[in-house]
Amino acid sequence: MKKVMMGNHAISHGATLARVQVIAAYPITPQTQVVELLSEIVADQRLKAEFIKVESEHSAMAACIGASSAGARAFTATSAQGLALMHELLHWAAGARLPIVMADINRAMAPPWTIWTDQNDSLSQRDTGWMQFYCQSNQEVLDSVIMAYKVAEKVLMPVMIVLDAFSLSHTYEIVDLPDQAVVDKYLPPFDYKYKLNVSDPHTYGGLTTPDWYMEFRVKMQEAMDQALVEIKKEAVEFEKAFGRRYDPVEPYMVDDADIVLVTSGTAASTARFAVDQMRKKGKKVGNLRMRLLRPFPFADVREHLKNAKKVIIVDRNISYGYHGIWAQEVKSALYGHSKVPVFNFIAGLGGRDIFPETFVEIVNKVKKLKKPDQELYWVEVKK
Amino acid sequence: MVEIRFHGRGGQGTVIASKILADAVSKEDKYVQAFPQFGVERRGAPVFAFIRIDDQPIFIRSKIIAPDHIIVVDPSLIDAIDVTEGLKKGAKILINSGHKPKAFKHLGKKFQIFTIDANEIAIKHKLGSKAAPIVNTAILGAVPRIFDFVKLESIMQAVRDGVPVNPDANADAAREAYESVQGV
Repeated sequence: MKKVMMGNHAISHGATLARVQVIAAYPITPQTQVVELLSEIVADQRLKAEFIKVESEHSAMAACIGASSAGARAFTATSAQGLALMHELLHWAAGARLPIVMADINRAMAPPWTIWTDQNDSLSQRDTGWMQFYCQSNQEVLDSVIMAYKVAEKVLMPVMIVLDAFSLSHTYEIVDLPDQAVVDKYLPPFDYKYKLNVSDPHTYGGLTTPDWYMEFRVKMQEAMDQALVEIKKEAVEFEKAFGRRYDPVEPYMVDDADIVLVTSGTAASTARFAVDQMRKKGKKVGNLRMRLLRPFPFADVREHLKNAKKVIIVDRNISYGYHGIWAQEVKSALYGHSKVPVFNFIAGLGGRDIFPETFVEIVNKVKKLKKPDQELYWVEVKK
Repeated sequence: MVEIRFHGRGGQGTVIASKILADAVSKEDKYVQAFPQFGVERRGAPVFAFIRIDDQPIFIRSKIIAPDHIIVVDPSLIDAIDVTEGLKKGAKILINSGHKPKAFKHLGKKFQIFTIDANEIAIKHKLGSKAAPIVNTAILGAVPRIFDFVKLESIMQAVRDGVPVNPDANADAAREAYESVQGV
């Protein structure tokens, strides 16, 4: 059934269709409508779930960890400072191998106080052991929640669905709501082998000496490697069930492109629009949209950038004292495999808009340069 | 692709109007994207909403800075802000007003102006109070009269489905507005 809905409600519907059993969340702009609608759905008994009101995001994640340990499908959603407050427990959820799914609506970090989008909140959680799926449409948001549980429960690692504040969260567009029966067939109930069981008690996460700690970490890395295999498999399975496909990266006109933009989130969607405009003028430009941050799709990135003469990574984030975070990831994938010059532009922090013209200007600037003469280039900043 | 900007004041249902218009367009096998001015809204302050309509999937996701047309839900904004900012030549301007379109000719020769007395229609159909009528469904009724991207039937269906109370009165207001647009 096709319905016009905001990105935040696409998340709520995704969680409902995935039949989540425990929702624990604390409201924060721009995430609020996600849990508002879920609380209504639970109160109306359209979803059989426990809705736990908590006093902070730290507690929200703690409740999800408890619920998931007991074998329940657990869900939460947050943004910015709320995600940062969860940080300690993000490590816990991943280390305890709990397949929790959460949505993070990208909101820039304060201070100065802000509610608008950039990716520094989610990218700051890069090393916590959570998979991260970056979305560019409300349909992808809904579909990703469903697919995330499938992957998470197979490899026992948590997933963060990431979407831009306002450009998706508060934007209405047409979303195809899948039939519950089709979702049920695609995503069976969570059957957790290691769930808490009073008649078969175990210790979880107890003191582990140097003799064994490292082996737990090897297991997590192996689980992430396996996750990439599962994500590629699910791209096919999901398409069979629902007719829509989500690969780790989404190339657009990259094969014959001299210059390839590398983008993520809604900026990737606008970049694709800009590529169409530039192609009409005969410019050989392509776009590679990054959907996965973790597990990182090294091979896909190398494959799709192999013909490029120049690569431009447009980051809506920054690692202070370094450069953009996606640029760091992509450069690392290319190192030793390619000699292509890589340019990094920082744009759209704190919700500043990224227009198609922004990409055209970036491409025009890079055309004049043989190789980067700076580690990063700022886009449209006031002096 | 058609890009339209709505001008209203916080609390008038401008954002909801853009959402209901998106619902209506979605019934006609088109692609649509509707969004508010991103940020914090205050009651009575000028607010914006935007809508894009196309026959193809819409990939552009930046704000609309050069709209094809505008819809002014609150005419008092015309004296307060430049509602025609960035507006393209040949644009249609739909204004909620009891005046004839020529009363707004100072907005510029390069635009086509239409008016609809949505306040009067809303009060007649008992939508909101006399002091604060709910005008957004009446405004929407005028849209298919001057634009060809949506039909009145789709607007009326979307209005019925999209309002929390009085679906029939709202749909009737939309139809009456359709029939009483000035400047056509």
